[in-house]
Amino acid sequence: MLDFGVIVSNFRFLIVQGLFGLGGFAGGTLRLAIPAIALGFVLGIFIGLARLARSRWLSLPATLYVEFFRGVPLVMVIFWIWFIIPQLLRLPIPEYGVALTAFVIFEAAYFGEIVRAGIQSVPRGQVEAATAVGLTGAQTMRFVVLPQAIRNMVPALVTQMIVLFKDTSLASIIGYVDLTKAAQIVNNREIKPFELYLFIAIVYFIFTYSMSRFARRFERRPTAA
Amino acid sequence: MADVAIRFKDVSKWFGKLKVLSDINLAVVAGEVVVVCGPSGSGKSTLIRCVNGLEGIQGGDLVVLGESIARPGVSMSGLRTRVGMVFQSFNLFPHMTVLQNITLAPVKVRGLGAAEAEKTARALLERVRIPDKADHYPANLSGGQQQRVAIARALAMQPKIMLFDEPTSALDPEMINEVLDVMTDLAKDGMTMMVVTHEMGFARRVAHRVVFMDEGRVVEEATPEAFFAAARSDRAKEFLSKILSH
Repeated sequence: MLDFGVIVSNFRFLIVQGLFGLGGFAGGTLRLAIPAIALGFVLGIFIGLARLARSRWLSLPATLYVEFFRGVPLVMVIFWIWFIIPQLLRLPIPEYGVALTAFVIFEAAYFGEIVRAGIQSVPRGQVEAATAVGLTGAQTMRFVVLPQAIRNMVPALVTQMIVLFKDTSLASIIGYVDLTKAAQIVNNREIKPFELYLFIAIVYFIFTYSMSRFARRFERRPTAA
Repeated sequence: MADVAIRFKDVSKWFGKLKVLSDINLAVVAGEVVVVCGPSGSGKSTLIRCVNGLEGIQGGDLVVLGESIARPGVSMSGLRTRVGMVFQSFNLFPHMTVLQNITLAPVKVRGLGAAEAEKTARALLERVRIPDKADHYPANLSGGQQQRVAIARALAMQPKIMLFDEPTSALDPEMINEVLDVMTDLAKDGMTMMVVTHEMGFARRVAHRVVFMDEGRVVEEATPEAFFAAARSDRAKEFLSKILSH
C-alpha cells in the first residue's frame, strides 16, 4: 500500500528546501531554473545575433560557442566549473554559483540557436520594408524583426525551457539540494521510493505543463502576413 | 530643363558574375512618372531598388535628389526618408495595426510626436480610401487594402520620389484598380514616380515615359503613345505582342 504520510511529514524539506531552495542547504529547483532560464535566454539572444552578424569576428566565435557547448554533456560542464575554475581562479565557488554558471553557459548555446532560427524565419521583405522607410539596422531589428521572431520562437523556446527546468536535477551531482536530491535524501532515510518519486514527478509536471499552457496563449495571437 | 530627380550615369551592377545592369543611362525629372517594363529577369526591379540603395551599384554613378549614392559613406538613411518604396508583396509589418505600420517610421526616424503622426496617418488612410481600417491588423485586410496601406506607409515619410516594384502583381484582378487609382491620384498630385509594372493600361494613361528593359539594358524609352503605337525595337514588339494579346 502506498503511504503518503512520508510526503506530509517531509513536505517542508521537499518543497521549501528542494523546490524553492529556502532551507538550510544550497539548493532549490526554482531558485536555479528561473534565473538560469532568464540569463540563458538573454545570453542566447546575443549569441544568436552574433551568429547572424556580417562580421566574421562576431559570427565565428558565436558559431564555435554553439557547436562546442551543444557537443558536450551538461554534466561535464558542471564538473568543469566545479573542479577546474576554482583551481584556476584560486577561490572556491559555492554550489549555487557553479550550477547557475554551468546552466547559463550551456543553455545559452541552445537558446542562441533558437534565436537565430527565429530571426531567419522573418521574411527578407520585412527587413527591406523597414530599411526602405529609413529605419536603421538596430531599429529594424528591435521594432520589426525581433517581435515577429520571438513569436515564431515561442514553441521551441518553451520546449527548451522545459528541458532546462527538468535538467536542473543534474545539479544534485555536486551536492546541490534540488527537488530530486531532496527526495533522494528523504528516501535514504525512509525508504519510500514509490511515494517520493511519484510526488516529485507530479511537482515537475505541474510546472512544465503550466509552461506549455502559458506558451499556447502566445501562439494564438494574430501573425499571418 | 526641369529639375532632375534621379540620374543614372553608366550604371552597372553584378550579382556575382552575372551582370544584371549594363551601362544604364536614364534621367527622371521631378514630377515625372516613368513606367519601367520588360520581361522577367530584365533587371527592372533591380534598377529601381538601386534608387533607394536596397541594391548597391558597382559601376557608374547614380544621383538621387542631388546626392550621389555611389559614393561610399553617403547617408542612406537620410536618402531613404526622401524616397518611398512599395513592394510587390506589400511587406506590411504583421504584428502591428495599420496605424502602427504607418506611424512607426515618422515617429522613430523623423522624431514626430505620436499624436501628430497619428493625425497624418489618418489623413493618409483617407487619401488611400480606407480610413476605417486604421485599427485592423494586415492579416484582416484584402490584398488591395494591404497595398494601399503600404502606399500610405511610404507617403508618411513625405518622400519626394516614390518607387513601385510590381505593386499589383500579387493582387487578385478585381483589386488591381483600387491600387492603380491611388497611384493615379499620386501622379496627378505631381509625385515623381518610377513604376515597374505590367499594367499597360496604367502606363498608357498615367506615365509620361515608358522605359523598356531587356537583359539588364535600357532597350527603348519613349512616350507611352509612341511606345504602344510603334515600338522601335524587335524585342519590345515581341514583348508587347505577348502581354497585349490577351
